[in-house]
Amino acid sequence: MIKAILIFNNHGKPRLSKFYEHYTEDTEQQIIRETFHLVSKRDENVCNFLEGGMLIGGSDYKLIYRHYATLYFVFCVDSSESELGILDLIQVFVETLDKCFENVCELDLIFHVDKVHNILAEMVMGGMVLETNMNEIITQVDAQNKMEKSETFIFQSTRQDR
Amino acid sequence: MALKIVKGSIDRMFDKNLQDLVRGIRNHKDDEAKYISTCIDEIKQELKQDNIAVKANAVCKLTYLQMLGYDVSWAAFNIVEVMSSSKFTYKRIGYLAASQCFHESTDVIMLTTNQIRKDLSSPNQYDTGVALTGLSCFVTPDLARDLANDIMTLMSHTKPYIRKKAVLIMYKVFLKYPESLRPAFPRLKEKLEDPDPGVQSAAVNVICELARRNPKNYLSLAPLFFKLMTSSTNNWVLIKIIKLFGALTPLEPRLGKKLIEPLTNLIHSTSAMSLLYECVNTVIAVLISLSSGMPNHSASIQLCVQKLRILIEDSDQNLKYLGLLAMSKILKTHPKSVQSHKDLILQCLDDKDESIRLRALDLLYGMVSKKNLMEIVKKLMLHVDKAEGTTYRDELLTKIIDICSQSNYQYITNFEWYISILVELTRLEGTRHGHLIASQMLDVAIRVKAIRVFAVAQMATLLDNAHLLTGNMQRNGICEVLYAAAWICGEFSEHLENPMQTLEAMLRPKVATLPGHIQAVYVQNAAKLFATVLKSQEGNTDGTVTQDTSQLMIERLPVFVQSANLEVQERASCILQLVKYIQKLQQKDVEVAEEVSALFAGELNPVAPKAQKKVPVPEGLDLDTWINEPPSESESEDEQPKAIFTKEEPKHSRARHTEVDEKELARVRCSKTVAAFTAIRREARKQEQANNPFYIKSSPSSQKVYQETPGVDHIPVIQIDLTVPLKVPGLPMSDQYVKLEEERRQKERAEKKKKDKKKRKEKRSGRGKKHDSGPESEEDITPAHMVDIVTEEMPENALPSDDDEKDPNDPHKALDIDLDKPLADSEKIPVRSHRAAEAAKSPVEDRDADGIATQLPKKKHGKEKREEKKKKDKDRERKKSKDEKKKKKHKSEEKDGDLLGAEVDEPVVQSEEPSQASEPPTSNSAEVSDLDFWLSNAPVPSNIQEVPKVAAAEAASAAEVISGGAQDSEPDEPKDAEMEATKPSKHKKKKQKKEKEDKEKKKKKHHHYHHHSDGVGEESVQNGTVEEEEEPLPSMSNYCLLAENSYIKMMMEDADQVYDIQGNLQDGSQVVVSVIFENKCDSFLKSMEFNVLDSLNSKLQRPEGSGPHDSLAVPFQLPPGVSNEARYVFTVQSIVMPQKLKGTLTFIVKTEESSTHEKLDFKLHFTCTSYLITTPCYSDAFAKLLESADLKSSSVRLEGVNMPFHHLLARICFHHHFSVVERIDSCASMYSRSIQGHHVCLLVKTSGQTVSIDAKCDEPMLLGNVLDEIKQTFSQC
Repeated sequence: MIKAILIFNNHGKPRLSKFYEHYTEDTEQQIIRETFHLVSKRDENVCNFLEGGMLIGGSDYKLIYRHYATLYFVFCVDSSESELGILDLIQVFVETLDKCFENVCELDLIFHVDKVHNILAEMVMGGMVLETNMNEIITQVDAQNKMEKSETFIFQSTRQDR
Repeated sequence: MALKIVKGSIDRMFDKNLQDLVRGIRNHKDDEAKYISTCIDEIKQELKQDNIAVKANAVCKLTYLQMLGYDVSWAAFNIVEVMSSSKFTYKRIGYLAASQCFHESTDVIMLTTNQIRKDLSSPNQYDTGVALTGLSCFVTPDLARDLANDIMTLMSHTKPYIRKKAVLIMYKVFLKYPESLRPAFPRLKEKLEDPDPGVQSAAVNVICELARRNPKNYLSLAPLFFKLMTSSTNNWVLIKIIKLFGALTPLEPRLGKKLIEPLTNLIHSTSAMSLLYECVNTVIAVLISLSSGMPNHSASIQLCVQKLRILIEDSDQNLKYLGLLAMSKILKTHPKSVQSHKDLILQCLDDKDESIRLRALDLLYGMVSKKNLMEIVKKLMLHVDKAEGTTYRDELLTKIIDICSQSNYQYITNFEWYISILVELTRLEGTRHGHLIASQMLDVAIRVKAIRVFAVAQMATLLDNAHLLTGNMQRNGICEVLYAAAWICGEFSEHLENPMQTLEAMLRPKVATLPGHIQAVYVQNAAKLFATVLKSQEGNTDGTVTQDTSQLMIERLPVFVQSANLEVQERASCILQLVKYIQKLQQKDVEVAEEVSALFAGELNPVAPKAQKKVPVPEGLDLDTWINEPPSESESEDEQPKAIFTKEEPKHSRARHTEVDEKELARVRCSKTVAAFTAIRREARKQEQANNPFYIKSSPSSQKVYQETPGVDHIPVIQIDLTVPLKVPGLPMSDQYVKLEEERRQKERAEKKKKDKKKRKEKRSGRGKKHDSGPESEEDITPAHMVDIVTEEMPENALPSDDDEKDPNDPHKALDIDLDKPLADSEKIPVRSHRAAEAAKSPVEDRDADGIATQLPKKKHGKEKREEKKKKDKDRERKKSKDEKKKKKHKSEEKDGDLLGAEVDEPVVQSEEPSQASEPPTSNSAEVSDLDFWLSNAPVPSNIQEVPKVAAAEAASAAEVISGGAQDSEPDEPKDAEMEATKPSKHKKKKQKKEKEDKEKKKKKHHHYHHHSDGVGEESVQNGTVEEEEEPLPSMSNYCLLAENSYIKMMMEDADQVYDIQGNLQDGSQVVVSVIFENKCDSFLKSMEFNVLDSLNSKLQRPEGSGPHDSLAVPFQLPPGVSNEARYVFTVQSIVMPQKLKGTLTFIVKTEESSTHEKLDFKLHFTCTSYLITTPCYSDAFAKLLESADLKSSSVRLEGVNMPFHHLLARICFHHHFSVVERIDSCASMYSRSIQGHHVCLLVKTSGQTVSIDAKCDEPMLLGNVLDEIKQTFSQC
């Protein structure tokens, strides 16, 4: 199971937080801070797994992260997930973002966090990996975006009618 | 109205959208909080508007603010509004917001039930998808119960997109509503074989997650997963399955054996590192489960270790980390294979990556030996000095202590060295583990008698230099060490060189700045030292020393009397008054030393940490009963009766004030009479233990030798000459020891060589007395100190079992449900009913409502009956129309049908799909046997012909009739439950039965045991790979010896595999016989041909074109010692008589020089019971069957049957393929059916040793033969 997925930048500013277990807003912020603290002090060429973290974790949990340019992608998972598998999943996630936003950069995530959530929802559901095939994910995301577009079009045209 | 909308949309144009909000926040970096609060005010305004677009926009912004840490729960209702929008765009925004901020205690959630249900059944798949995604985040027990049925339906949706989401969310539903697990499980299982890989992966995911928590319930799925593992190419699925197997193997060693080969193949073949890694992990788990005694798996271990070494050596840090992680698992069971890679692991200790260093540290734990402990610890000490972060340093510290103290200090040869290591560790700044060091010091000083002199000297120095430790940091954790130091100096003060000096050190004014509990120990132990000083001066006529000491006490103690700490104050004032009194006596020249030291006389024994818990509750004492009835409810809350017991505890053991955990100390200062009394009792206990077979006696190999003698004085302690000088100037102390140790060992080795030349006996005699210190192997390193480790005391009659440490709050505990038990009627997911009014009820009432809800469908049933039939007709029509227009899709209609079908409730679904419906009960019992069969496919090596699962120990082999179809070992219980459950809905059942039978007539029984063929398919593939000789478990084999000669052994297994095949010619049935060929000689066997002389009734099926007497080539060759299995199909005309067929096997034995033709004759025996198929039958149908006139009856009596009734039944079930219909006391009805549809009914009664069986069957010949066979079975046991 995945307990949480966090994206934050090099300064610890959250860009996306998805908790699959309930925490209060304050705890969530604390977890993000703590995770950032743990992850940011690590060198570039060390392993991507991390134990510890007081708030989120316990012995069964691990932080698995990847660092891309200005962003950290952190998954907090328990022992039922394969470590290398999750690393791949992060890669798939980032590649999908790259496809959906066309050369994704931090700004895309800043302004379109809802879209990022929607993409993530096609990959991970309720803490379990739903789909790992990038093409399938993109197909579903595109189909939903298309639906959304058609709706806004109808909506706007009806508005203009009035 | 129109105006309002226009106004709304105009407003909207001026509203900020999410992008504007984000931009705004970025532009207001200085006063972000203020800006956001104005934004929230705006959002509140927007939410008040009627326009849903405005609301959705507002909610979207709130979702963003939630991520920044703002509480948005106040908008929960608006979120629900947006969720219920008909537009997908808004709906998605609403569900996203809900998934981010709703949780179980959000009260508006109960308003969403109907909305979610609507969305789930929406024709638009994305509406459904969004609802499922949202629900997965905030599902509550209520939602789970109400929507379980809808989600169940979605699991069979036409779109794989929906199916996979529905499957995945079921896990969440199970967690919140465990009752749904059993009814939903069959469908979930079906999804494992879904054509869509995504759905399949989701199902694997869910089952793996379930199985991880309660693996034993999922063992029966092993064959299915095995099949998936060997067939799937999706690495994600494979990884999950392999991980699952890792969890299953500890429960079933046979499974592990089966897995090794395919896993090894995967390890060799895969290029995916993730998969390789998981394979290695699972192989390790398998090896652990097989544990020792499997020498031929050393290849697998080697393979794993070798692969892991490659990982660790990889430049990729991730692989290195994982390699070390997996290595630590091997370490537990196969330390030897890991130890050879010590170099690599020590190298990892120097890695720049902390994660990797930590992992390497973990491994060190298992790498130490007596030989290298000092060296390794020295290396770690270097790291301690170098370490930068405190966390890593603390980790090092705990690891050093762990390594040294493991298995009762097994690897420590020199305790002086260890004490000096501990003292060195106290120099660490800012460590949190002061108490850990302290407890080690205490433990060693108490339990290792020989070290006390040294320890006391060291501790005295420590006390003297206390200022170095504490510095000015009050909260410094290291000062805990002083607690231990003070106590050791006080307790063992007779070893002190200069007690006066130490006493002075303990009474320094600065001590008052230490934490209270340490001060208390200081004060108490100052008094002990005082007593020692007095004692040492005894007989000394010059009283100045004693006078000075008393004076010192009287001067310094008042500081402590004023302490704010109660404990310190109390002790100090007591002791102060005591000393004052002593001083008076001294002035009168009274000898007081004896009396004062009597205060502290006696020895302390270490008590095991769990000792208190293990005191058994005396017989007749019920801790839960009230001693006094509670007066009223209001008062009982204040006064907890438990307090009585907790208060008593301090009286038993000395009150303690710190967390110097691990070992509790109990002072046994007992008078002589008490000592004598305890001695008597101990003697009695020893006797008792000797006679008690359940008492776990300390084996000679284990380190924990429980002391039986009351006082420590009785323990033979060998005096050692200290060859090691206590202090070595220059180097840090512990290093010095390493050198000295080296020298000592060399010397010893030299001596040993000398000794070797002498007689052996002499050598032995020197060691005979050694009391402790580990296995003597280890290159014969003798410890520098003959160490006497005093073991921990346990209370008398301590309970041997360890406490169950499972967390009762674990949500997965509720999911520990037996999935193999047949579904009872009462178990179903509550169907949608009117529950709107319940929404506001309290949860307690809801539970009641739940009960009603489950009953509702039953009541409705009668009414709905007609509707159902109509629906069914419709269904049929639809099927027809489908056939006609195959290519046209009836999307909506079909979905409708799905919904209805599932809503109507289980039994109807059953009657609609007979092939599935009849399965659950059958498959449950059959699956168990299936699993056993699947696992035990290794032929039994010798002529032990079978070991039935039931009462394996007592059952002597019943050779003649070998059968499978095992029932659960206690089939009666679940069946009974099932029976009871069926009774209320009797007539309903009858109708169904009728329908069922009708269907069956049409379809002609072709649906039995299809699942069996799965297992069988695997079998022949796997057979050659299993080592049958080492089968440790009594396996459930159905094989019996067919024939044997010096070259080959044939074993036959039939009966279990009897099944009929669809589209069979005429009435003939087919019987499949599996034969195992085992090569017993040293030569190669080839060109084997199998032939059977056909009878009129039974014929071997031969490939088309071959003549009736041609033999069949066995499709394999047999190298020496190998066995393999082949199956032959026989066509049987009449099944009423047992059959014997003669056959011959011819083969060529090929040796290096020559090859010879050989042949072996055998007889195949088809019993009548082998034509029977275990078929479940309901009692009402059974009764009806008995009433029908066309059954012939017969009966048989068995005398001298000496076994419990349920064993008897299980035996009949197992050997003769019957199932229990109903059981009342010592009477049971049983049912079975032949492959040609004959019903066989039994009524079994028992009284004493006589069993009478009344039987009815529509074919008297068959019945007679079956009864004969039953009789034979029982006459043999």
